[in-house]
Amino acid sequence: MASVDSPGSSEFEVVVRLKPEVLDPEARAIQETLTRIGYAGVKAVQVSKRYILTVDDRSGQGATLVDSVAREFLANPVSETFQVRKL
Amino acid sequence: MKRFTSTGTPRIGLIDFPGSNCDKDCADAFWRHFGIRLQPVWHTERSLPKLDAVLLPGGFSYGDYLRSGALAAHSPIMTEVKSFVAKGGPALGICNGFQILTESHLLPGALLRNNSRKFICKPVDLMAGSGESVYGRSLAGRRLKMPIAHGEGRYYVDDDGLRRLKDHGQVAFRYVDQAGVPSLEANPNGTRDNIAGIVSENGRVLGLMPHPERATDLLIGGSADGLAILESFLSSFM
Repeated sequence: MASVDSPGSSEFEVVVRLKPEVLDPEARAIQETLTRIGYAGVKAVQVSKRYILTVDDRSGQGATLVDSVAREFLANPVSETFQVRKL
Repeated sequence: MKRFTSTGTPRIGLIDFPGSNCDKDCADAFWRHFGIRLQPVWHTERSLPKLDAVLLPGGFSYGDYLRSGALAAHSPIMTEVKSFVAKGGPALGICNGFQILTESHLLPGALLRNNSRKFICKPVDLMAGSGESVYGRSLAGRRLKMPIAHGEGRYYVDDDGLRRLKDHGQVAFRYVDQAGVPSLEANPNGTRDNIAGIVSENGRVLGLMPHPERATDLLIGGSADGLAILESFLSSFM
């Protein structure tokens, strides 16, 4: 298994979240509870999933690979968006 | 289009994933009511036996990890199922099977967490839509009662997608109230336009969240309306 310390490997973060127009019941529940327990100053909550991928980046194609993984697998383009960032 | 054998007993593949849990209910319903033995096909298989149709049962394939149906959609057997469907083969996906069909892009849209945040298990009333599919032709306007049992059954598609579904007569079932109206009160999970089930553009693939196989005996669940849907599925290739 590749570790981030192995030569040529890079870590990438993929954050997947629901599109803004899609209701997220979990986020709504969190915000409602925050309001109830006294944190009325919190005006919006978004919940996302964060994946950390360690990939072979020797050819410099790591970001392209991760983008493809996110697009094809980690996110569902029907309901979700994603962002990729090199760590 | 490929011709499917219509002689003898139909051969229906029951696609089993780790976490499928409605497979035996489906097998029981098809055997007792139609004398058909479903043929179990394990998710790791890389070929399908000679089949007339495939059935994707409900459950929690792969523990619903990533998204409901997402990992199952990438299992080896789904490559074969996609190829079968591409040749015009009929498919029926129930509950998790519907989620797998959308994640496999065999049906448009996505199934998201219920807006109530609750797992809902209760009987619902459905109204069958019209359309050119075998389901539309045989069931249009019929009221059917059967159970739903899901935590992630909120059908989502964007405005353009919804318009396409309507324009092509692909809305197969909608949740309705006692008066037969697809009202807000009848919508159990926040699904768009009260959609409970849709068919593919060619009408050969049906996905629905309600469980027709659980409504095949009056003694269990108080409704046998599910038989009408299973019969329509059979009539699509018999």
